[in-house]
Amino acid sequence: MPKLKVDGIEVEVPAGATVLQACEAAGKEIPRFCYHERLSIAGNCRMCLVEVKPGPPKPQASCALPAADNQEVFTTTPMVKHAREGIMEFLLINHPLDCPICDQGGECDLQDQSVAYGRGQSRFGENKRAVTEKYMGPIVKTIMTRCIQCTRCIRFAEEVAGVEEIGAIYRGENMQITSYLEEAVTSELSGNVVDLCPVGALTSKPYAYEARPWELRRTLTIDVMDAVGTNIRLDSRGRQVLRCVPRINEDVNEEWASDKTRHAVDGLVRRRLDQPFVRVNGKLKPASWDEAFAAIAAVDHGGSVAAVAGDLVDCETMYAAKVLLRGLGSSLLEGRQTGMDYDTSSLAAVNFNTTIAGTEEADAILLVGTNLRWEAPLVNTRIRKAIKRGAKVFAVGPETDLTYNAEWLGADLALLGDLPEAVVKAFANAKKPMVIVGGGALKGGHAASLKLVETLGLIKDGWNGFNVLHMAASRMGGLMLGYAAKGGIADLAEAKLAFFLGADEVDFSRFLGFKVFIGHHGDKGAAAADVVLPGASYAEKSGTWVNLEGRVQRGERAVFPPGDAREDWSILRALSDAMRATLPFDSFAGLREAMYAEVPALREQGLVTFDWNPPALDGTASGVLEGYPIKDFYLTNAICRASPTMQRCSAELVHGETFAEAAE
Amino acid sequence: MADAVHIPDEAETRARWGNFAWTDANAEQAKVVLGRYPAGREQSASIPLLDLAQRQVGAETHTQGWLPVPVIEFVARQIGVPYMRVYEVATFYTMFNLAPVGRYHVQVCGTTPCMLAGSDDVLAACKNRGLVKGGTTPDGLFTLTEVECLGTCANAPMVQINDDNYEDLDYDRTVAVLEALAKGETPTPGSTISRRASCPEGGPTTLKAMVDENHDYRGEWGTAHAG
Ligand code: SF4
Ligand code: FES
Ligand code: FES
Repeated sequence: MPKLKVDGIEVEVPAGATVLQACEAAGKEIPRFCYHERLSIAGNCRMCLVEVKPGPPKPQASCALPAADNQEVFTTTPMVKHAREGIMEFLLINHPLDCPICDQGGECDLQDQSVAYGRGQSRFGENKRAVTEKYMGPIVKTIMTRCIQCTRCIRFAEEVAGVEEIGAIYRGENMQITSYLEEAVTSELSGNVVDLCPVGALTSKPYAYEARPWELRRTLTIDVMDAVGTNIRLDSRGRQVLRCVPRINEDVNEEWASDKTRHAVDGLVRRRLDQPFVRVNGKLKPASWDEAFAAIAAVDHGGSVAAVAGDLVDCETMYAAKVLLRGLGSSLLEGRQTGMDYDTSSLAAVNFNTTIAGTEEADAILLVGTNLRWEAPLVNTRIRKAIKRGAKVFAVGPETDLTYNAEWLGADLALLGDLPEAVVKAFANAKKPMVIVGGGALKGGHAASLKLVETLGLIKDGWNGFNVLHMAASRMGGLMLGYAAKGGIADLAEAKLAFFLGADEVDFSRFLGFKVFIGHHGDKGAAAADVVLPGASYAEKSGTWVNLEGRVQRGERAVFPPGDAREDWSILRALSDAMRATLPFDSFAGLREAMYAEVPALREQGLVTFDWNPPALDGTASGVLEGYPIKDFYLTNAICRASPTMQRCSAELVHGETFAEAAE
Repeated sequence: MADAVHIPDEAETRARWGNFAWTDANAEQAKVVLGRYPAGREQSASIPLLDLAQRQVGAETHTQGWLPVPVIEFVARQIGVPYMRVYEVATFYTMFNLAPVGRYHVQVCGTTPCMLAGSDDVLAACKNRGLVKGGTTPDGLFTLTEVECLGTCANAPMVQINDDNYEDLDYDRTVAVLEALAKGETPTPGSTISRRASCPEGGPTTLKAMVDENHDYRGEWGTAHAG
């Protein structure tokens, strides 16, 4: 624990810390471009120069200098001031200074730091260097003349995303950052380089020229594209969400977001349901709310009512529907749209118990029927971190590129009962072993996976290595609210009246009764419904979501739903009146109170602890896994299917279509 | 300026070089090269293997050789490194040619010492012999590139042609070298005015008695001795 002085302030930093970190500990701001706390140290921009005693009589790059005992660091001396001015001047020599037409303007490190640390004016009268644009795919737009070659994007691609497709070619004055042969970067995380790039060299292609940062209203909420529960900020102007960027949450998404999280938002203004519809003579016809309610109230259901929750809905919506059903005399609830019927008697047995952040510490990992890269890209990055610390990864399932080397054991679930020697050995020696069971294996392999807890010794002191990986943002919340029928969705098929809460992935042909769709996008659900009630998307309502590790998180409303659409809970409230089963709350706060009273775990934000008392399930698994549940990462729900950016990503990155660069 | 050379990666290039594989001799040599580095450090072999590949391409096309993209990828696969990483290396070093070159790759040094000593004449000689900077002569014989210091400044001006240096050039001697090459001869590499390495022109100017045999100068110390 070195003790040193920064501008006279004594600080103690952990061993291995850098001088830059010591300066931050002392509350000093050190300008930087290449240094990033989540990437390896490059030390190539020189913006972080400070004066250090003892040491050579010249400024030193603080980001690459280990802090040592008795060092004295100065960050305000004339030497440091001059050094910063000099570096700034050099950086700006070849920078185009085109801030007025640059999308980074207003949130640009180079802009900010040149104002704070640069000289007032330039002395450079020569020609500037220019660099041609590079194609990096549908997400990242490049204006390479602005690049200051900090190499953050290269390091991100290599270290975090695990796709070594960005690099620096040529050298010296000719050095250029590019993707390999200017092909699209094939990462689900490529959008993060836009945030990382300290200048306007890499900007967001779908968001190009849309808005200036100071025009935007920022709303903090939770992403629903997968079950990770990425903490996001929605930036909106007027009634439209213009972009989505991640917030920092070390326990969940660190500071990353997948491309789907970021860029599905342009689907929020397309294919929206903005008024009720009622099916008349086989065709959906626009209707008023009253007409729609009357059509539903007219159904003679006799208590045979079901509710199916979609993948994106919040707990409040599910709770309101649950109470409505209770009032109508039914408890037919289900959220597992595709027909899963795993045992839910103990939620710990279907939870990601190790926690997302805990994954980093695992030293032996077995993936069972999960393509993590698509099912939860931000859990996948944690596994990459675990591997860096020495973890060994095995996988059961059809081989696929996970961005790291996993030892593929085969695709037959029977392997779970008869794991190869190497796996058994690795787990026997492991201090923190973990198994991740994906949706692909849950169907036939839940019991066999649970047995691994014993045979592989997954539970140790303070460590639970049994994990189920869900893919739907609504799943854990739904299970806590009882959205699980014994036999899965098949139990609901007979219902005379069925409510679909944004559920688009259901096999609707199995439902013979009257179908009511409450949701926001005109997708499969609306097409199959008898009555369509226009609801709010995740950006248009405040809500509670529980992520795959059982973390209760709340989001705020960013914009209002379009047209006649309403927040889902208020639709259900109004409908309950029409159906003479009035809900016992008439405000959102009242709903929440009632929900907390029924499921107290939802009251506090943060990790819910599920007691470990797994069900005694019978059965050995067998059967070969043919594939993984997600067939197309970019088109997993109604919002992304409506998003032109996601469509384009899917066409280009999943289906390999090429798009002419001339279109740029 | 930063508009770098166009790197050919068209269908023809892929078709011509997609099946690139070592010749038997080079396969052996590649093994030797890889053997120099510990297991897990195969990436270190990037440069020697790229060089080997460029030479093989040279032998196959009867030129000095270049590195088509599929060949770079071949090397990357052999050492188990992402394409991008090897591609970066290939573009970093000017010794690797990213586009086809002629039989002789004439690299004229134009950096200050050579420039002061007359590299303009060398370039003029090349130009008048029909060589164009960045291009290859129609007979496929010469590709001309102006390069930065090649570390032979003491014998400036100089030119590197394939693996050999020709030094102490002037206009006529440059023409002579090019003519000899065009005729298929191999002019003696090194100084074109018969200097030994970078020893003084016209023979030694000091310690002359040491030229042919060892000479003990100690007795002469202190006595006036011209030279
Ligand atoms: S493109 Fe941006 S992130 Fe990448 S090296 Fe250039 S300035 Fe850095
Ligand atoms: S931040 Fe230290 S050199 Fe770039
Ligand atoms: S300047 Fe020409 S070789 Fe050094």
